[in-house]
Amino acid sequence: MIGAMPSPAAEAAAVVDAVLDDLPRHRGVVVDSPPGAGKSTLVVRAAGHLAESGEPLMIVAQTNEQVDDLIVRLAEEHPGLPVGRLSASDYVVPARVMGKAAVGTKLPELGDPAVVVATADKWAWAGDRTWPWAIVDEAYQMRSDKLLRVAGMFERALFVGDPGQLDPFSVVDGDRWAGLSWDPLQSAVAVLLRHNPDLPVHRLPVSWRLPASAAPVVSEAFYPFTGFRAGTEPGERRLVFRAGGMRTAYDRALEEAASGGWALYELPSRHTLRTDAEAVQAAALLATRLVQRAPVAISERGERPVTAERIAIGAAHRDQVAAILAAGPPPGVTVDTANRLQGREYDVTIVLHPLSGRRDATAFHLESGRLCVLTSRHRHACVVVARAGIPELLDAHPSAEPVRLNVPVKFPDGWEANQAVLAHLAGHRVEAAPLR
Amino acid sequence: MSTLAALARLRAVRTGTAQRLATVRHCHLSERPMVFIPLRLAGEAAAPLAAMVGTDPGHPHLLVVPQPRDRDLRFAFAAELAEIVLPYVEGFLKETETVERRGAEPYERCADAPQLLVPGRSALAFTLLLGRSTRFRRAEGPHAVHPSVPILGRWLTFFAQRARHPGSALLLAATEALSLHWATGQSALEDANLASLIGWIDPPPGTTGADAAREAEDPLVWPPAGPATDPGFDAEVLAPAIRAYEEAPGERAAARVAEAVRTQLDPTWRLMWRAVDLLRGLPEGRGASARWETDRGSFTAFAEQLAEGGPPQPKHDGAVAAASRLARMERAQASYDAQRAYDDPLVMAAYRLTGEAFTGTVVASDPANAEGEGRGRKLRPLLTVRTGDPVRLATGTKLGTPDRRGQQAEVVEVDGELVTLKIVKGMGRGKVATPGAVPEVGDQVCYAALSDEYQPPASLPAPEETPWTHGGPPPEYVPSTEDDQEEWS
Repeated sequence: MIGAMPSPAAEAAAVVDAVLDDLPRHRGVVVDSPPGAGKSTLVVRAAGHLAESGEPLMIVAQTNEQVDDLIVRLAEEHPGLPVGRLSASDYVVPARVMGKAAVGTKLPELGDPAVVVATADKWAWAGDRTWPWAIVDEAYQMRSDKLLRVAGMFERALFVGDPGQLDPFSVVDGDRWAGLSWDPLQSAVAVLLRHNPDLPVHRLPVSWRLPASAAPVVSEAFYPFTGFRAGTEPGERRLVFRAGGMRTAYDRALEEAASGGWALYELPSRHTLRTDAEAVQAAALLATRLVQRAPVAISERGERPVTAERIAIGAAHRDQVAAILAAGPPPGVTVDTANRLQGREYDVTIVLHPLSGRRDATAFHLESGRLCVLTSRHRHACVVVARAGIPELLDAHPSAEPVRLNVPVKFPDGWEANQAVLAHLAGHRVEAAPLR
Repeated sequence: MSTLAALARLRAVRTGTAQRLATVRHCHLSERPMVFIPLRLAGEAAAPLAAMVGTDPGHPHLLVVPQPRDRDLRFAFAAELAEIVLPYVEGFLKETETVERRGAEPYERCADAPQLLVPGRSALAFTLLLGRSTRFRRAEGPHAVHPSVPILGRWLTFFAQRARHPGSALLLAATEALSLHWATGQSALEDANLASLIGWIDPPPGTTGADAAREAEDPLVWPPAGPATDPGFDAEVLAPAIRAYEEAPGERAAARVAEAVRTQLDPTWRLMWRAVDLLRGLPEGRGASARWETDRGSFTAFAEQLAEGGPPQPKHDGAVAAASRLARMERAQASYDAQRAYDDPLVMAAYRLTGEAFTGTVVASDPANAEGEGRGRKLRPLLTVRTGDPVRLATGTKLGTPDRRGQQAEVVEVDGELVTLKIVKGMGRGKVATPGAVPEVGDQVCYAALSDEYQPPASLPAPEETPWTHGGPPPEYVPSTEDDQEEWS
């Protein structure tokens, strides 16, 4: 290529500037942010930018944890900015938020802060004051019926989120609304853009979280038309073990992940219950072995030991999470479902593949967002635990969802994304230890 | 499918008979339901061919469209159907009861409500289509229909839409109602065949369910329950009969079509009443009666709307209507799930298996435990329960119990087999707990992370205030002669 590519930092900064420039010119601005591309940084920066204009700002997040995270970040970046937090009456202020925001259950209790942060659910109860500006964070996780409840409160808004993550869902059948432009089960951004197709959509181009080994894989599989690149070069991040291994299958899987960024710990093909005892045990043992090997992460942030807090085990279902917890992973290791791991970051992740041991591939298990969340939480390495035979299972179950009129085609296709990830993992396969 | 349901299906395969999934009936069954079996002409979206309908097992009404491609005949059929359905439905409007409400005006509610029974999901979908093709018709102007047709259309639409509301029993699909209570040794897809499903549940003497189900697959013995008809019947019997009618329209030719479809409907008619008998054999759960009350309220409200001359139901929900319906349906689903588990230990067992519920024996009880001082003092009894269930509940999880429905408890600690709970709601204002309010040592208790509590939804904007993100306010509805134009009609 002639002419040097701009540095990742310069490229990302240019997008942020373009977003801030667009804000006063449009009623709404959408920013797509792939995993770890600095979404929170953008939200905090835009909040500061808007607060400078002197007009009050409301920030809508989706969970209490996200609200708390934002308040902590806002306090770090803009120490002088008065921030308020609306919360439910049974909300307990966590230590990290103490003193950083005025907390209340109703707007008048907060005084008159420049920025008020709350969950979408809480905002829906906040009364009919109108705000000149709003920032809607994690807007792709937000169901459009929630946006409908709060959209009357603001005049202009910045919508930020990750289009590759899990779509919002419902326990009831929403077929009757399929194809309607205001389908309440679609994400807030999908509905917003269908009614306002001329709003500018920006895209953050660099993932600071994913290493050079993972960004191309995740980008190609889950963001086929809106790619991104890693903020670091190959070799810039390394994972080394201070304690020696014993050449067991677990050690080999971990060493493969340390050198190539990925490992597929493959159990023999078999149909199992959701809480497949062998796969569950393998996930827990891999975590144990990982901690025993005293891993150290070397990156642009320097050299740091990978403690249990920097390791996560992810699964598709809650009962799988419970079974992994019961199998005894090392204390401190996070074990959770894809839904709850959204937005979180670890050095090493161990993933129980959603299709492992299954007889069928349902829409739930094929949803590309689920696998995307699970395979994009790590800064250094990801170990996938799965039974052999998933590509064959996929071949036997092409997507069979009915095609509906007026429903925009959604990319990526879950079936294809699954195949792409498996094809890449095949190069990092480690056969599981035979059962004793 | 829960592990328990999978096990029941495996057992059904092994034993050759259907296995019970419930100990009580989870849907209300009217004393006088109306069975409605519609048939559709193959290849058409919503061309009714025939219907068997009625409230008396011995005297079904058979309605037939001798040439389903003739639109005039279709709406003559709809008018005939209205003559049977409307008097049945309107008969329930006569007797009402006054419902007192705390903090609001009392209102009138029908003492009972109509109940339609159709064979399966596809009949339900067809009912919705039939409603849509009739409710926008007019009694005057071009293509005028009998005035009862649009009224029938609105009722059919009401029933079919209500059937999607979780826990409602105003319109039930027999296969779904039966599958809720019995597991068979065949796939869910095969369970949609009413004849084979009943074959599994109630095989003829001397045969197993599996054999009866296999026999039910023969369309000559057990014609499909509709609305789609057997292709063999279509080609060999129905098509010649319709052609004869077309060549020489008249009573004799019409009677030939009627006799042909009767052979297809009669067996399903008998099956439907067997399904009713099978379901009647189960005692009705407490929640089913409560949900029927809501159904009666919904029926009354719709009848009032109709009497006031409101417009027909729109083809699509607007943005606000869709969000509000979704919120109602989600609330209904949560309370339906909770009520079924509380009513039925077999349903609860599935939650116990996944660790969301547990049963056990109280090993310690502190009914006098309290929190707060002075006037803020609240009774918060503590319980410790020993259980063998695999409990997977986080500290702070809110729990309910089938034995004391008004109470809510909170998980304090789970330590192996011992679960410590704190009762946080429903203890009243007294200084000491009323006798029996707190379980005693040795009592068997069951707690589950399921809530049947009513939580008011956050308000939605008025439709005329729909925000810009959702397309702004919708245009006002103006009735037009083109309302009834559909691609498929």
